[in-house]
Amino acid sequence: MIYFDNSATTKPYPEALKTYMTVSESYFANPSSIHRLGGEVEKLISTARNQIAGLLRVNPGEVVFTSGGTEANNLAIKGIAIEHQTRGKHLISTEIEHASCYESFRQLEHLGFDITFLPVDRNGHVSIQDLRNAIRHDSILVSVMHVNNEIGTIQPVEEIGQFLKKHPKIFFHVDHVQGIGKVPLQYVQSGVDLCSFSSHKFHGPKGVGILYIRNGVTLSPLLHGGSQEFKHRAGTENIPGIIAMAKALRLTMEKSKKEMDGLLRLNRLLRSKLVEIEGVVLNTPEKQSAPHIINFSVPGIKPEVLIHSLEERDVFVSTKSACSSKSTEVSRVLEATGYELKRASSAIRISLSFDNTMNEGERFIAILEDILNNLTKVMRY
Amino acid sequence: MSAIYLDHAATSPTREEVVEAMVPYFTTQYGNPSSIHQFGRNTRQALDEARRVIASSINANFKEIIFTSGGTESDNMAIIGTALALQEKGKHIITSKVEHHAVLHAVQYLEENGFEVSYLSADEEGRIDPQQVEDAIRDDTILVTIMYGNNEVGTLQPIEEIGKITSEKKVLFHTDAVQAYGSVSIDVKHLGIDLLSVSAHKINGPKGNGFLYVREGLWLEPRAFGGEQERKRRAGTENVPGIMGMKKAVELIQEEKIGRHEQLLNMKKRMLEIFDGEGIEYILNGSINLSLPHVLNVSFPGTNVEAMLVNLDLAGIAASSGSACTAGSIEPSHVLAAMFDDHERMTSAIRFSFGHGNTMEEIEQAAKETVRIVNRLTSM
Ligand SMILES: Cc1ncc(COP(=O)(O)O)c(C=O)c1O
Ligand SMILES: Cc1ncc(COP(=O)(O)O)c(C=O)c1O
Repeated sequence: MIYFDNSATTKPYPEALKTYMTVSESYFANPSSIHRLGGEVEKLISTARNQIAGLLRVNPGEVVFTSGGTEANNLAIKGIAIEHQTRGKHLISTEIEHASCYESFRQLEHLGFDITFLPVDRNGHVSIQDLRNAIRHDSILVSVMHVNNEIGTIQPVEEIGQFLKKHPKIFFHVDHVQGIGKVPLQYVQSGVDLCSFSSHKFHGPKGVGILYIRNGVTLSPLLHGGSQEFKHRAGTENIPGIIAMAKALRLTMEKSKKEMDGLLRLNRLLRSKLVEIEGVVLNTPEKQSAPHIINFSVPGIKPEVLIHSLEERDVFVSTKSACSSKSTEVSRVLEATGYELKRASSAIRISLSFDNTMNEGERFIAILEDILNNLTKVMRY
Repeated sequence: MSAIYLDHAATSPTREEVVEAMVPYFTTQYGNPSSIHQFGRNTRQALDEARRVIASSINANFKEIIFTSGGTESDNMAIIGTALALQEKGKHIITSKVEHHAVLHAVQYLEENGFEVSYLSADEEGRIDPQQVEDAIRDDTILVTIMYGNNEVGTLQPIEEIGKITSEKKVLFHTDAVQAYGSVSIDVKHLGIDLLSVSAHKINGPKGNGFLYVREGLWLEPRAFGGEQERKRRAGTENVPGIMGMKKAVELIQEEKIGRHEQLLNMKKRMLEIFDGEGIEYILNGSINLSLPHVLNVSFPGTNVEAMLVNLDLAGIAASSGSACTAGSIEPSHVLAAMFDDHERMTSAIRFSFGHGNTMEEIEQAAKETVRIVNRLTSM
């Protein structure tokens, strides 16, 4: 089997799973309980929080656990908008955000906020110039994703952050869900106020995520109830999920140091072979793109057909983002890049993890060539 | 010394069978249910099956179950989602003073945003009089949210009667069944419930999971926007292993329901029997008959909560002062304050809550230990 769909979700590390199980069975108490068992769990969470803070180079008090990337993004965007609306109702984002950001902005639009969605160029990059032009006296938030989940483009987050330092009253949120462990980001130095992460994208369990909230930033919570997570997020904590996520993050950061070369080699192999295949065009730019995502189109061939043919050979990739891959409309992201319909509607995404091998890369190319040979004979439309 | 865990209402141990049921969804079936390939399709099917099992446990149908990250999210989604969806019809909400904070803080948030909330009082046992509900309903009332069973004192509310009233008056009825689900049988159709919240970690399932029953045909304004999961009501990649664990916990409850109720009730009775036998002074908080079988709340006059809990903890007994969710602090309980006006009774109340894994020997040992501590503290 070749699993090249790691941007949809990853297989949990065995170590993370083991942690999950141990914690589930031996540390089940509620950390808010004041008895010893509760105290032990409280310690466990606070150790995990410290570890994560260390890995992310932030303060433990700035790490808020959520139920995943979607909740982290919703909390950041709506939390800031609602809390600070008296100062202004203008928000800035981009046309290629993940649905969890994009739809949050759409909801805010209905609530009377004014949103500017910055355009992107053919490579999927936003420009600082456009951002500069978009800023108004009533702008309160800029939210830009780091690595795009469909085409792997890296946004100039650090540059944007430096630029925004001239506008200290504007909050800056970054969706770092796809970037973590793959593309280093100096978010603290870059003045990022809020940053989202999702555990199941880095081989941790599903249903857990993190929102980094810089010290001093106030936001209106999405969930009201107990006073967990510094009152930013009510609800009994998903303890085993959190502890296992800390483990997965540590392993990911280690691999990121040691195994990045391997990932880059696999990326180069795939890119160089893909462009040689007749009919294949790469949508992921060569520069300013993440090492684990390669998006390509085979104009004229329906992506579903290709995906299923690959699947029959035990190879797993996806069309666009998993969250919207069931709806048949053209990817909003590729549309934003301005590709013609035929190309935008035939995109396939390969997404890698540190565990994928060169051998899998070679085999993938051979299988793809074989399938395309057959398909182009019978199925061109 | 191994601890005796009598804090199941705060959270409960995840059963081994539950963890086992989750494992395959970490190791081999790890796909994203939204992916169109086989990995995705397999987990999608598993989710559908879980939804079916969970729906049938409350006599709901498959489409009426939304998976959430827990009880707090279910409560928030039900209350804020309904309020925002129906605000054109009216902005009045009815709740009670004895709700969990997940409900109280959600309605307070709405209050800050232009809604009006009536907080019904409870009697000394913590019960809400259905007549009060009927009297409080106005033309602009859109939602009644009254919990099923109380987490601090265990008192059951007259859900069936309230359901009748809300059905007649065409007002939506939400109930927080986080403590009741698993301890009592619930048939949402029979009871006239429109929305019902459940949390997995209170029923020996995994933490970070829950569900909300939403009667077919109701629309809630979602809280989380993004992908199209959960019929566009709750975005976010589904916590598949967690959901599969929750399904297992529900199946275990279905299998063991009758024996379990008896067993929990016997534990509660036994504890009180020992208190009576040893002649210590105590006051039961809540109702002896109309109560969840697993929750026992008692005040020990002449003691105070802090001293009691510290001593119980030293003796290896994990109990609590009420809700765990007030994060470590022992503030006076809003539930007890709504029930009676007796400072000493309020500040000496301890909650014991029973569940899977407890044995009668443990209960007896804990009861005797409690008696010793009470005697020691009151003789000082
Ligand atoms: C860039 C990006 N942001 C946010 C999310 C949402 O995260 P989650 O699946 O944990 O809700 C995803 C993945 O689906 C993503 O790729
Ligand atoms: C009655 C009641 N409602 C809601 C909740 C909140 O559930 P969760 O801890 O899953 O967020 C709890 C428990 O904390 C509870 O006892």
